[in-house]
Amino acid sequence: MAINLKELVKKDIKFTSGQRLCTGCGPALMAKWTMLAAADYNVAMSSATCCVEISSVVFPMSSWKVSWYHNAFENAGAVIGGIEATYKALKRKGKMDKEFKFIAMGGDGGTYDIGLQSLSGMAERGHNALYICYDNNAYMNTGIQRSGATPKYAWTTTSYVGDAYQGKQQRRKDLVSIMAAHDIPYVAQASIGYWRDYMTKVQKALATPGPSFITVYAPCWRGWRSEANATVELGRLAVQTNYWPLFEVVDGKWQMTYTPRETKPLAEFLKPQGRFSHLFKPGGEPLMADFQNEVDFKWDQLQRRVKSSL
Amino acid sequence: MTIAEKPVRQRKVVGLTGDGAAADAMMQIDPDQVAAYPITPQTEIVERFAEYVANGDVNTEFVAVESEHSALSACCGGSAAGGRVMTCTSSQGLALMHEELYIAAGNRLPIIMPMVNRTLSAPINIHGDHSDSMASRDAAWIQLFCADAQEVYDTTIMAVRIGEHPEVMLPVMICFDGFNVSHDMERVAMLAKEEVQEFVGEFKPLINMLDTENPISIGALVLPQFFFEHKLSMIKALEGSVNYISEIFAEFGKLSGRPQSIVESYGMEDAEVAVVALSGIAGTAQWTAMQLREKGIKAGVVRPRVYRPFPAAEIIAALKGVKAVAVVEKAAAPGAAGAPIFSDLCTAMFSMDKRPKMVNYVTGLGGRDTSSAQYTAVFERLQAIAAGGPIGQTLSYIGARE
Repeated sequence: MAINLKELVKKDIKFTSGQRLCTGCGPALMAKWTMLAAADYNVAMSSATCCVEISSVVFPMSSWKVSWYHNAFENAGAVIGGIEATYKALKRKGKMDKEFKFIAMGGDGGTYDIGLQSLSGMAERGHNALYICYDNNAYMNTGIQRSGATPKYAWTTTSYVGDAYQGKQQRRKDLVSIMAAHDIPYVAQASIGYWRDYMTKVQKALATPGPSFITVYAPCWRGWRSEANATVELGRLAVQTNYWPLFEVVDGKWQMTYTPRETKPLAEFLKPQGRFSHLFKPGGEPLMADFQNEVDFKWDQLQRRVKSSL
Repeated sequence: MTIAEKPVRQRKVVGLTGDGAAADAMMQIDPDQVAAYPITPQTEIVERFAEYVANGDVNTEFVAVESEHSALSACCGGSAAGGRVMTCTSSQGLALMHEELYIAAGNRLPIIMPMVNRTLSAPINIHGDHSDSMASRDAAWIQLFCADAQEVYDTTIMAVRIGEHPEVMLPVMICFDGFNVSHDMERVAMLAKEEVQEFVGEFKPLINMLDTENPISIGALVLPQFFFEHKLSMIKALEGSVNYISEIFAEFGKLSGRPQSIVESYGMEDAEVAVVALSGIAGTAQWTAMQLREKGIKAGVVRPRVYRPFPAAEIIAALKGVKAVAVVEKAAAPGAAGAPIFSDLCTAMFSMDKRPKMVNYVTGLGGRDTSSAQYTAVFERLQAIAAGGPIGQTLSYIGARE
């Protein structure tokens, strides 16, 4: 499934300008590229309460040129399941003759944490829908609170850096593995630093019957205490340091979609982020070493899974 | 030719529980989608409906969700996609849906939900009282109450027309007592499926996400400059729905041959003392009033079948000429001056020049029966008040150990 840039520029992007997301917003790129990848389909969407939701549909305006439904924070999976179920019934009854694709969208808080049950239910029941989690590592909409996706040691407004504790004390949740364990036909991890890889994954997921799930790394420079022009670069560095590998799980087979030729030092990814500044101060060395250990552990685990899928 | 004038088709009288009656009404409505989660004492509805799905008796997409929150979420999605959708729940399930109740109403999605009244934890208890639906009374759902399996059947069918009325467009819950109604086998006169289909008609959604010509964004962020008007239009729709409910009740009454009234009364032509109560406990009150009337006591009973919108005018009309009224309720409002219906009725009557003396009882929490002897005591107290005696304590609890 090749993405052709010349063809792409001719498409109508069904996520328009005029939305109120921040300058340099990673999730905004995610939304735009998702709609570009899905441009050839009739699409109906559900959205969790999140940055993209709150910024894109402010009454009486909307940035979405497809049908879009925001219901609540924790139920994008259930809502899209309901939309898809009714679509199936209407089709069976001869009241619907169009083909549709169903996409649910949520941030990491609405997906890893409060919406996990609803997402799991959607996957287990086999709804023909794609759930996209854009992961910016914290509850950004409410002001940078730690989530299940926040990496260990990251500063957030509910995991401060102080004398007693330095940032979040727990590891992040491996949501992609949890979704892969649902044995759904398509699961993938992507990053907005690699737009072609991400859009290919969206198209693959939409072409796959049954439930599919993509987590896309979508840096939030405001929450990460970095620069507005660093968003895409951080999305690339996360991949190039092996922190955020690009891979997919197709019918249970784990495969890399991109492997960096040379692994960059983790510090290159963490240093531009103020949320990790304590790792670079005197006394931060053990934290840095532990962070590196976790990255290595998860990378090795992934490589073992990829090898055993061959 | 109206539906009522058409020849009656294959009607039958069957033995059904309240749950069975709800499930069979749902089967005959044959909605596009049912998303539901099992909870005692509602389980028989989902089980029986799932059996209809398995046997191909319905063309419904049945979504066996992983929680009540997801049940109503999926219903919101299905309704927004232009489908006729239903769910059913009880007690903790309704409590878990609480957030979604407000969203379903605020999004103006006419979801239909049989709701078996069961108390709320803690302590955990599976038996009937009205704590669950009373805790949801401000969610802007239409709340209808049924006293027996026949009413459950009739009301479930009528609810579809009420919720989907273009001037209403609100979700509807059909409330009935856990076990006393949900599990009690009774005679139910059913309509033919085609009659039900004709009565409910084709669903014409005002909101349809699957209309490719007119994509729609639902669930916008609405800031203070528009929020109040959004809420107010919903509130006005609920307030105005009482007239449409009456019309649809009347139409169904003609079709079924069972006259329907949004406020049922017994003995109210000349009653001097009266009990106001919802659903099953009004039956015992009525039986007691019948006994007392044989002794020459002018006792009556008023049983609203609609609680939201509160049919104040109809209840007040039924109570005309009554000297003393007891509102008997299967739900407490802890810390409040009175339980929910009492508070509503007192509010409605406060500005009237001439109004009866009012007392309030809370009874039967957690499924404890309310006996005829207890009602006799209530009526005796009302007689004393009617005769000019002191009212005493307004709020009392019936049948609880001190």
